[in-house]
Amino acid sequence: MADVIEVGAARGDAPPPAANAARRGGSAGRTGRATPYLFLAPYLVLFGVFGLLPIVLGLWLSVHQWDFQLPNRPFVGLDNYKELFSSDSAVYGDWWESVRATAIFTALSVPLLVVVPLGLALLLHRSFPGRTFFRAIYFAPYVLGVAVIGLLWRFLLDANLGLVNRLAGAVGLPSDTPWVTNMPWAWISLVGVTVWWTSGFNAVIYLAGLQDISPELYEAARVDGANAWQRFRNVTLPGLRPVLLFVITTTVLASANMFGQSFLITQGTPGTETRTVVWFIVEEGLRDNDAGRAAAMSIVFALMLAVVSIANFRLFRYKED
Amino acid sequence: MIQNDVSRRRLLGLGLGLGAAASLTLAGCGGGDSGSSGPAAGNGGKEYTGPKVDLKLWNGFTGGDGDIFKALVNQFNTEHKNIAVSVATYQWEDYYNKLPGAASSGNGPDIAVMHMDQLATFAARGVITELDDVAKTLELSEGDFAPTVWKGGLYNNKRYGIPLDMHPLGFYYNKAVMQKAGLDPNKPPTTKDEYVAALTELKKAGVQGFWVSPFQFTGGMTFYSLLNQWGGTLFDADVAKATFNSDPAVEACTWLVDMIKQGFSPANVGQDADYLAFKSNKNAFTWNGIWQINDLKKSPEVQWGVAPLPQIGSKPAAWANSHNFTIVKQRANDANKVSGAKVFINWLSEHSLDWAKGGQIPARKAVREGTEFKALPEISSLAPELEYAAFPPAAPGLGEVMTTFYNSFNEAALGKKSPKQALDDGVAKANKQLEDNRKKYGS
Repeated sequence: MADVIEVGAARGDAPPPAANAARRGGSAGRTGRATPYLFLAPYLVLFGVFGLLPIVLGLWLSVHQWDFQLPNRPFVGLDNYKELFSSDSAVYGDWWESVRATAIFTALSVPLLVVVPLGLALLLHRSFPGRTFFRAIYFAPYVLGVAVIGLLWRFLLDANLGLVNRLAGAVGLPSDTPWVTNMPWAWISLVGVTVWWTSGFNAVIYLAGLQDISPELYEAARVDGANAWQRFRNVTLPGLRPVLLFVITTTVLASANMFGQSFLITQGTPGTETRTVVWFIVEEGLRDNDAGRAAAMSIVFALMLAVVSIANFRLFRYKED
Repeated sequence: MIQNDVSRRRLLGLGLGLGAAASLTLAGCGGGDSGSSGPAAGNGGKEYTGPKVDLKLWNGFTGGDGDIFKALVNQFNTEHKNIAVSVATYQWEDYYNKLPGAASSGNGPDIAVMHMDQLATFAARGVITELDDVAKTLELSEGDFAPTVWKGGLYNNKRYGIPLDMHPLGFYYNKAVMQKAGLDPNKPPTTKDEYVAALTELKKAGVQGFWVSPFQFTGGMTFYSLLNQWGGTLFDADVAKATFNSDPAVEACTWLVDMIKQGFSPANVGQDADYLAFKSNKNAFTWNGIWQINDLKKSPEVQWGVAPLPQIGSKPAAWANSHNFTIVKQRANDANKVSGAKVFINWLSEHSLDWAKGGQIPARKAVREGTEFKALPEISSLAPELEYAAFPPAAPGLGEVMTTFYNSFNEAALGKKSPKQALDDGVAKANKQLEDNRKKYGS
């Protein structure tokens, strides 16, 4: 690592790398072999320090019982991993409950977060008076932090004092729905709030994608007699494919990393049914001071997400063929 | 946590998070053998005559108590020219997560305020230092305190905390709501029969009078108190086994959950909804911490009173905890700072009457029995609870086990499981956690 830093540091005041290589009489022609690496160096340093090193450290932690305050951090082999899969350990139940919670949230939220923003983007792509205003309005919630929207919705959704139940009662609907404390309402609330909160972001990405599709294609389709649905199916969707892949991949990952909403809105209730994986890892690592176990969970979770992402890419490649 | 933010912000956040984890780890590598020097600096807090020292103090007093604490610190700073104490306040939960990392990387405070039940964990993990000499200089002994509080400051027979105050759960009653139901607002119920009778009257008047929250604040602490009132305990004497599924515990839990079934409480009470309903005259009774006294004083439109908890079970009991002063181990040990910190702890302990105005009962008996304390009517009215207060036990790593306890109550109160089932499941998990802790801390 020290070498990498030196290269990075030297770059500032050294002559251009190309000149350097030329002076050395390198055999790689006019530009030295080192040149691409020197261009990559700043990123590689960051990646090494903040990407690679933590991963290696995480692997190291995960085979120890690691409390950074205790002098004794014994090597435990794969025990931290075995615990996650053996039903008589203290974490087994909580761990799989949190995996289940994360899976439910991801499965419910991703389809909505892919489709609703697409619909929004299609509407906002049309030209009508006040379009800019609506674009801003739909994006606005995304600007708020999770703490703000979390507390806001916790009070709005309170079963006994909240505005939502008050309004529901006023129009003759049940006014005692336990939005944040019982099933299935807790999931409905978490997914609903997340869709409200983050749809604007995906919509903006879609909007950019829509603006990239050449109007001539629509014109040609219209000339061929395609109706609105056919134009959407055969022009818009294929045009958006790379954008769709991007949106789906990032939305899956973002939903799988959900933490703040359930931490603030449902507080994990009922019991710990809405406690997500990331939240549980934080608890294990920072509150209960078991960094080894938390690292093992992170790695298992990362592998799960890797599988999902690969499947996602495969799916899109298959469509392309 | 932040949804969908893919590009730079996400990467940056990820990088920062991983970086922080890495730096913690690195700090941990170096921190293992730091701060092992002895605690014998200074003369136990009597005085400090060395060069000027700057001391950092951390606490979690985010409520009205925080202002009173800061005023006390300012007074201390003006009286002591060579000691300057600066205060930082965090939410308790963040605070306990933050402190170990900060301390071992050399960015921690010199003095840390800590709950009694956290002392053992932080002592076992080498974050805080021994204070036996301070207790000696202050001439403090068990007789000056409630015995449990005094013993709670010990870990492996060494003192790590100097108790500042005690804060029990109190019984708050809304006088306006009681009047509306034809109850005497100056005679709050004190027994089970009176309590249920009052709730029945309230129900007739259309008020659900005792909102049972499923969360630790305040339903969990209410259950904790009731469990002790029924004669149960959370753990056995050595804190080796969890016992909160004993018959008394199940009976206490059933009684409390039945409050919901009988319509004395709405179902699905949200976090803080019990207290908000109390303040807006929708709820008559709430069992809440002594720290709410100052908050209620800020709402003159609410007519309220506070009394010791009614005795529902076979004996009186109330949840309570205690704030303690601790001195944080430093990587670079500075004897002057340690002795300055001890002077501060000594001084504040002697001024704990002023702290009582922050809404806590002073830990010192002499202060508690003085006339000035008795002139604080609401707070001193809860002082009798200290005789039977049920403080959390002291054992390293107990925090997560207590969370398991509160989570099982949550499941019972939300009707996910029967009280017996919820508590049985909780105990099974708690016992595994206790076993893990034994392995880890080797006790």
